[in-house]
Amino acid sequence: MPGKLKVKIVAGRHLPVMDRASDLTDAFVEVKFGNTTFKTDVYLKSLNPQWNSEWFKFEVDDEDLQDEPLQITVLDHDTYSANDAIGKVYIDIDPLLYSEAATVISGWFPIYDTIHGIRGEINVVVKVDLFNDLNRFRQSSCGVKFFCTTSIPKCYRAVIIHGFVEELVVNEDPEYQWIDRIRTPRASNEARQRLISLMSGELQRKIGLKVLEMRGNAVVGYLQCFDLEGESGLVVRAIGTACTLDKLSSPAAFLPACNSPSKEMKEIPFNEDPNPNTHSSGPSTPLKNQTYSFSPSKSYSRQSSSSDTDLSLTPKTGMGSGSAGKEGGPFKALLRQQTQSALEQREFPFFTLTAFPPGFLVHVGGVVSARSVKLLDRIHNPDEPETRDAWWAEIRQEIKSHAKALGCHAVVGYSESTSICEEVCILSASGTAAVLNPRFLQDGTVEGCLEQRLEENLPTRCGFCHIPYDELNMPFPAHLTYCYNCRKQKVPDVLFTTIDLPTDATVIGKGCLIQARLCRLKKKAQAEANATAISNLLPFMEYEVHTQLMNKLKLKGMNALFGLRIQITVGENMLMGLASATGVYLAALPTPGGIQIAGKTPNDGSYEQHISHMQKKINDTIAKNKELYEISPPEISEEIIGSPIPEPRQRSRLLRSQSESSDEVTELDLSHGKKDAFVLEIDDTDAMEDVHSLLTDVPPPSGFYSCNTEIMPGINNWTSEIQMFTSVRVIRLSSLNLTNQALNKNFNDLCENLLKSLYFKLRSMIPCCLCHVNFTVSLPEDELIQVTVTAVAITFDKNQALQTTKTHVEKSLQRASTDNEELLQFPLELCSDSLSSHPLPPAKEHLESASSNSGIPAAQRDRCSSWIELIKLKAQTIRRGSIKTTVTVEKASPVGDGNFRNRSAPPCANSTVGVVKMTPLSFIPGAKITKYLGIINMFFIRETTSLREEGGVSGFLHAFIAEVFAMVRAHVAALGGNAVVSYIMKQCVFMENPNKNQAQCLINVSGDAVVFVRESDLEVVSTQQPTANCQSSCTEGEVTT
Amino acid sequence: MLGPGARSGISALPEVAWRRHARPQQCPARGARAPGVAMTSELDIFVGNTTLIDEDVYRLWLDGYSVTDAVALRVRSGILEQTGATAAVLQSDTMDHYRTFHMLERLLHAPPKLLHQLIFQIPPSRQALLIERYYAFDEAFVREVLGKKLSKGTKKDLDDISTKTGITLKSCRRQFDNFKRVFKVVEEMRGSLVDNIQQHFLLSDRLARDYAAIVFFANNRFETGKKKLQYLSFGDFAFCAELMIQNWTLGAVDSQMDDMDMDLDKEFLQDLKELKVLVADKDLLDLHKSLVCTALRGKLGVFSEMEANFKNLSRGLVNVAAKLTHNKDVRDLFVDLVEKFVEPCRSDHWPLSDVRFFLNQYSASVHSLDGFRLVAQHVCLCPGVCPSHPPVSPPFPHSVRRPAER
Repeated sequence: MPGKLKVKIVAGRHLPVMDRASDLTDAFVEVKFGNTTFKTDVYLKSLNPQWNSEWFKFEVDDEDLQDEPLQITVLDHDTYSANDAIGKVYIDIDPLLYSEAATVISGWFPIYDTIHGIRGEINVVVKVDLFNDLNRFRQSSCGVKFFCTTSIPKCYRAVIIHGFVEELVVNEDPEYQWIDRIRTPRASNEARQRLISLMSGELQRKIGLKVLEMRGNAVVGYLQCFDLEGESGLVVRAIGTACTLDKLSSPAAFLPACNSPSKEMKEIPFNEDPNPNTHSSGPSTPLKNQTYSFSPSKSYSRQSSSSDTDLSLTPKTGMGSGSAGKEGGPFKALLRQQTQSALEQREFPFFTLTAFPPGFLVHVGGVVSARSVKLLDRIHNPDEPETRDAWWAEIRQEIKSHAKALGCHAVVGYSESTSICEEVCILSASGTAAVLNPRFLQDGTVEGCLEQRLEENLPTRCGFCHIPYDELNMPFPAHLTYCYNCRKQKVPDVLFTTIDLPTDATVIGKGCLIQARLCRLKKKAQAEANATAISNLLPFMEYEVHTQLMNKLKLKGMNALFGLRIQITVGENMLMGLASATGVYLAALPTPGGIQIAGKTPNDGSYEQHISHMQKKINDTIAKNKELYEISPPEISEEIIGSPIPEPRQRSRLLRSQSESSDEVTELDLSHGKKDAFVLEIDDTDAMEDVHSLLTDVPPPSGFYSCNTEIMPGINNWTSEIQMFTSVRVIRLSSLNLTNQALNKNFNDLCENLLKSLYFKLRSMIPCCLCHVNFTVSLPEDELIQVTVTAVAITFDKNQALQTTKTHVEKSLQRASTDNEELLQFPLELCSDSLSSHPLPPAKEHLESASSNSGIPAAQRDRCSSWIELIKLKAQTIRRGSIKTTVTVEKASPVGDGNFRNRSAPPCANSTVGVVKMTPLSFIPGAKITKYLGIINMFFIRETTSLREEGGVSGFLHAFIAEVFAMVRAHVAALGGNAVVSYIMKQCVFMENPNKNQAQCLINVSGDAVVFVRESDLEVVSTQQPTANCQSSCTEGEVTT
Repeated sequence: MLGPGARSGISALPEVAWRRHARPQQCPARGARAPGVAMTSELDIFVGNTTLIDEDVYRLWLDGYSVTDAVALRVRSGILEQTGATAAVLQSDTMDHYRTFHMLERLLHAPPKLLHQLIFQIPPSRQALLIERYYAFDEAFVREVLGKKLSKGTKKDLDDISTKTGITLKSCRRQFDNFKRVFKVVEEMRGSLVDNIQQHFLLSDRLARDYAAIVFFANNRFETGKKKLQYLSFGDFAFCAELMIQNWTLGAVDSQMDDMDMDLDKEFLQDLKELKVLVADKDLLDLHKSLVCTALRGKLGVFSEMEANFKNLSRGLVNVAAKLTHNKDVRDLFVDLVEKFVEPCRSDHWPLSDVRFFLNQYSASVHSLDGFRLVAQHVCLCPGVCPSHPPVSPPFPHSVRRPAER
């Protein structure tokens, strides 16, 4: 019995009216954890009840602590009929389980109902007393820290990076259970929310166990996803990178940029020769490597007798034996302390990180990806999720072999995703093949290694660009040159990666967001036929997406892509492909050639003219883009570089498509070969359209930049204004004879218009950059396309000169915001003479947490930062003045008191809600993260049966997303934090039925709750502490007067 | 005396400057899609962690324009050229803002809620702006409803007011509902009216004072719509209201008792009856007149007219004051004042300064009248012995000036 959970219900406010007769509510609260439930008293006739309950104590296993959410239900007491639920709050108490994170959860939580949305707020205090438990066979993994951030968190140092951890749990989806036919939508939604909350708790605990086995203490780059497989169940799966982290006592340890000297490469114990067989199935471009493993006989056909291990529910030996068997490999390897590269021993040498400690990344090979089409089958036994496990294992195996083919022993920036339509599911995985410095992966060596590295900080910053594979034995045709930076090693002419730009990379000019968009119609089909059709289409989609990316990259005059994310979405009658990446010009790579257009019918005069016109337009665009993105590489003459690789005519890469039958690769390698520049052949209208669409991409308006990586290459002087947003668009296609072309155009317009809208909306922030632009496409219905974008706009200073004045402004602004926080933390109840009813204990905790927590400058230079505040204070003083006169007149002082009480009626009129920042980035510009409070992982369902009344689909979703933000902010604030970093909206599933006036939406968000301190405030913190104390005592003094 | 928001808004925003002249036409945005593209937007939203507030769109929304009209107006403001956006973008942007405002409106009805709600993260300065603008009103509108009962009946007349003033019906409704809401909240409340309004609606000092005047007028149902009173601005009335609140209400008399700022002090009105002696007693009248005349001789440009008219003027003022015990006469206070005092002065072309001198002297002299001690004591407490005539500044500053200028 290793834990005691203590909960106190303090008060509620803004409750909805539940009793029409009195326009009031008789509210009480049920607090439930596991199977234990406590109730507060009923607080009669109030919309702002003050329960001020005792401490409810739950004595529970730490296993339950990790799995179960605390469930708080607010109800309206009804003497004669059943009590009506007002709403619920689910609190994940996980952050209280690690020692360094939050110590108390205390604050106002929105009361959420899946039908009505937010209905008032409730003030709750939660604490956990953990007893040490040294049981070796324990099932819990309390103490393992989780981070969504895909880099080493800012105030930690990586001692060891252990490697990949994964887990999945499956269950039946309550929405599809028979009971759902008879229960209310609310009950069904709540069952679902609760189940997912439980499952993610369980998943996190299991991953934690694996981490402990690997002797790590944290998971970084934790990515948890839900697959709503409909009839066949609910899958919650997660991947992450196990690490051993050390809390940094002094800041800024990782700042110095260092890199791997080129010679490092030779030291690396190269893997066994890239197995030609494995890689042959990996069709290749220099940059990419994919396979589609869908063969009807193999993966889905239920009736085909041919084995079907994938489908069969009996555990396969080896891989199939559930996830439990899997981590045995790495674990044992570590135990044995093999001297060999630790990576070799791992089943999956994958890393979900996208940014690394200096020196970690030695070389980057290119993007590797794999997709597989599966038919979903009912999950019969939730306790043995081996089918899904086997599917993923298969895909990971494939990724691993692709990486080997590229001469790499590891995959970084690794991620997995699914797209589900009816019973067909596309599983995708992608990452960047890389060679890593093995010393980071073993015990004890890192520190020395790091220091060493810092010392030998060589001038070359091009190491990661150098090819990891053998140039004479290249896995695919590529055009190699000597590195433009060090001139010693070979580099490819284009580099695609899924990771962030390494901090030490030399980039010329600025980067930009590059997107490839593609739709393919597909016949509606059932089951196997459908799966076959999809898997046949996939290679062509990949090919086209890749071509588009390459063309657009060239058009921008750039030579590398970072943060590449290709999403293939499957719908009833179409497939959508959307690739986003950030293009940059890497100084180490050669200047990209132009794009040439060649016509097929050379003898037609007007046609020729048209072609040359197009050519000119393209050349102009390239020139313009170079100017726009400030790409002006230094001229280097050929001789210095040396002759290109002595290979017979280089085929300027163009890619391949391929099917998994290996031999076709070369044939399919569309023979643009034999030409130096990148040639587009216009042989039909399709191709014409393609070229047109290339040119229709409008650059963002001046003052705007955009990228999908953490930061924009080439912009450094960020200011602190940030605005995170989510934008959702759904368009309905008219079903009349849609062609691929029209579809493409629609999709393209949709994305472009969406971007244009964003630029327009955020115009007041210019100059600014949209960072971490994350597009998600889904096809909720036949003719609907839904695009969801989450990004953050960050302002920056155009010129240094402006900077000083601006930072001043920023500082004062920022001050105002901390003041607000102040106000939240010390509710300035100037006039609350009703001390008895005032929840004092929690207020004290506020104080404690504020002062201990954060080092937030706990003071309030000018409390009246806003004039609303000012008004209030003024009103107070006026009132007080009048009381004084009363006293001097010496009349009816009791009445005066009465007046006083009466006037100060609004109990909470003096606290303003503290600001909580949200950002998809791992940092906050101009601020330092001082503490990670724990992971935020929330799942909400919202449903309505009065869609029109709520403002239609837009009104409904708008309100819901705003509510989700509010709930995230409230949880962070309750943990004592003031920001969420690495925020991501992983799922936004929207379904509507306008005819029935109904809609439903599911949203899953996650991120890391943190405490940050403005850099400008850092110095002042110490001096301010005393003032803060003084101030708070003043406040108290005022209260008592 | 309009709130700052209301006043500056009209001139400061280019997008709205023409709103009195231009009736917006059908917006082209919807039809502006390229022909042949087979898609319609089903859903289109933008939600920021910090709620974006576009002041221009907010104003359009407050002014009651539909999305279509608002888009057309924005197009006309030249925003497309400035930003290079398309009409479709503008349409989507406007829709978004309208939706946000619509969601915020519920909170704006109780501004403290806006401060404590968690759904929209809005910086304090923006919250203040939202509130201030939401509660700002149009001078033309307020003049129409000032002193009327804020009831359903009046609400039905809003169509007419809308047609008359050129303010959209939607905007009229909002303003009317604001008045009514503020009225309802502070109606039964003790303490300073302005403070209460400020406390519960978080308005700026200026706007709170204006609302105090509106509430005060609505409560006492002062007639302000008569043709004779048309030349008076809301500011004029608000000025009077403030003085009356200060001097004539229960709150003014006794700050620790039921200090209700809304209702006139009945006792005080009763006491005013005793002023009748000033005109009924011939000796007293003459004495009063001589005192005033002595004091003002040589100082008044219109001395002879004053001297000739003193009896009439004094009778007028005192009669108005003495009648105030009847509700009907309270309502007609301003009409009566204009008829009995302002108009005679105007016909004699009194300059403003002379009116002020006269009234000051008129009330000051009363104190030195024998046999008037009792009343004088009361008068001391309430310096405005003549209805709404404070010692220093006269009522209706413009009213008297205007005839003088003629």
